[in-house]
Amino acid sequence: MTDTIAPSAAHVPPDTTAQQPQRRQEPSGKKRRGKLVPYLLLTPAILGLLAGLGYPLYWQFTTAFKEYGLRQAFGAPAEWVWFDNFTKILTDDAVWAVVVRSLAFCLVNALLTVAIGLALALLMRAVSAPIRITIQIAMLLAWAMPMVASVTVFKWLFNYRTGLVNWVLVKLGMDQFENYSWFSSPWTFFLVATMIVVWMSVPFVALSLYAGLTSVPDEIVEAARIDGASSTQILWRILVPMIKSVLSIVLLLQIIWDLRVFGQINLLQQQGAPVGSTNLFGNFIYEVGVGRGDFGTAAAVSLFVLALTMLISWPYVRSLMKEEENS
Amino acid sequence: MTAIEVTRDAPEPVTRTTKAAVSATAVPRAKNRRKIRPGKVVISLLGIAAALVWVFPVYWMIISAFTPNARLQSTNPSFFPTSATWSGFTNVISGSGFVGALRMSLAITVLTVLVVIIWATLAALAISRFKFKGRKSFLLAVLFIQMLPAEGLFLAQYQMLSKAQLVNTIWGVSIIYIAAIIPFTVWMLRGFVAGVPAELEEAAMVDGLTRSKAFFKITFPLLAPGLIASGVYAFLQAWNEFTVALIALPARDAQTLPIWLRSFLADSANKGIDWSQVMAASTLIAIPVIIFFLIVQGRMTSGLVSGAVKG
Repeated sequence: MTDTIAPSAAHVPPDTTAQQPQRRQEPSGKKRRGKLVPYLLLTPAILGLLAGLGYPLYWQFTTAFKEYGLRQAFGAPAEWVWFDNFTKILTDDAVWAVVVRSLAFCLVNALLTVAIGLALALLMRAVSAPIRITIQIAMLLAWAMPMVASVTVFKWLFNYRTGLVNWVLVKLGMDQFENYSWFSSPWTFFLVATMIVVWMSVPFVALSLYAGLTSVPDEIVEAARIDGASSTQILWRILVPMIKSVLSIVLLLQIIWDLRVFGQINLLQQQGAPVGSTNLFGNFIYEVGVGRGDFGTAAAVSLFVLALTMLISWPYVRSLMKEEENS
Repeated sequence: MTAIEVTRDAPEPVTRTTKAAVSATAVPRAKNRRKIRPGKVVISLLGIAAALVWVFPVYWMIISAFTPNARLQSTNPSFFPTSATWSGFTNVISGSGFVGALRMSLAITVLTVLVVIIWATLAALAISRFKFKGRKSFLLAVLFIQMLPAEGLFLAQYQMLSKAQLVNTIWGVSIIYIAAIIPFTVWMLRGFVAGVPAELEEAAMVDGLTRSKAFFKITFPLLAPGLIASGVYAFLQAWNEFTVALIALPARDAQTLPIWLRSFLADSANKGIDWSQVMAASTLIAIPVIIFFLIVQGRMTSGLVSGAVKG
């Protein structure tokens, strides 16, 4: 790749001082370089994206409008049924249950994560340095844990027979938790799932918000205090408004991430959970597509998930593009 | 720590606020020097409690890994290592599948990281060193693609691999990982490349170096921290990936570590799970991640806008 750039070096004029001002204004614009060079540099990345994402996206988009079951997967021609798959999923109560469950799980987890994260960020601001560093190290360790390892540890903690949680609860006098099975009813299943997701996601939120909080000058807080502002007033009138941009980005990312909770649920379902009443989007697509081989329906649901994610991502992407233009 | 230095050049304003954050914390706050108030004690206790809550599952994983399974199965848990043993680890490593899964994970991860770094660096060079038609649309596409959830695509990706006879192969999964990881690494490296002034390269060319030599002698070493940061990012993504691996590597001998751990747990569910081995395996999977994570933690905590280290 670099060889293709090399020849143009000969054309660079030796008079650099003359070039200086022009270059300052336009560091990336150099007309003498071959016009093809940037495209050549982009080619491998674009080919990779087309292979790994482009074709699957195309397949998904077309398959959502076809009848595509196991027969078609083994070579039978797939017929265009246009919106049949969509009318089918829109009139299916099971699909609506998954939609409601996924959105509810996503919103509850995202809001809980950001609320706890903000509380911890404020806490980190209030404590002395040694305790703050202890919290930061604990957060980093939890953040670094691979998803599979985290879920496995929580499965062990909530094991019905020898798990630590049941042991502690029984010790505290709640005898109904003797051999209590957390994963067999949807409510306690999602309670544990929420604990896992929140435990895994809070470190990112807390550390980001703490970084945002430290950029608020102490003088402002001090001045407000001298003027007689209470701690709650300082929090809601000064600190939160000043980290609003970080707060909204973190919340947005959290919502997007919590829409795609697949692995955690899949791993927890192994513990004998009722699959039908604990599926979220990804798990439902997995069950319909892989389990039942109904690719047409699964592709239609997938398209819905993609569209929803893109819609939610739009403000985030737009803010990043704005920064790019300003830089 | 060098990672923090280099992010100085990254254009994200949020990154800049973190920089201010770093210097702000360095100055001891006057109010910390005041005498101890009861409110302060309560807050300190709350802080310690929070740290304990977040560190405990990690601690419990490691402690359980070092405790013999017979002890774990007894009615009273032990919170401290009373009879530490390596047997959990040795059993897992000598047992079925771990080494094979480790080999598979390493192969896929190394391939993905290498390809991503090279392709993303080239693309980042194009974006931050050249002005060309379609530059903005490419950036926009990159940002949007970065948000595409695997959970909405894995079925289509599986279908593609199955048509191309690439199910259960290192190449098949790697193609999908590369496509998933490239957008963010391009975005990340773009900031690093922009941080190395083109004047440096050009000055070297004035002194008689060819463009490629100037790149490798001048720009490349200055890019190293960025390459390390994005390499680690790619490593974390590929090593931890679960969704695509679950569907694209169904064969026993093709499983990566996360999927292997999943079936290891499922297999032993009937005959009683050996939690000591399971926790040892979890620890082994987590160790490289934690090490790499701590190396780039500056970048991770400051790279807020990045859409960082998540699924």
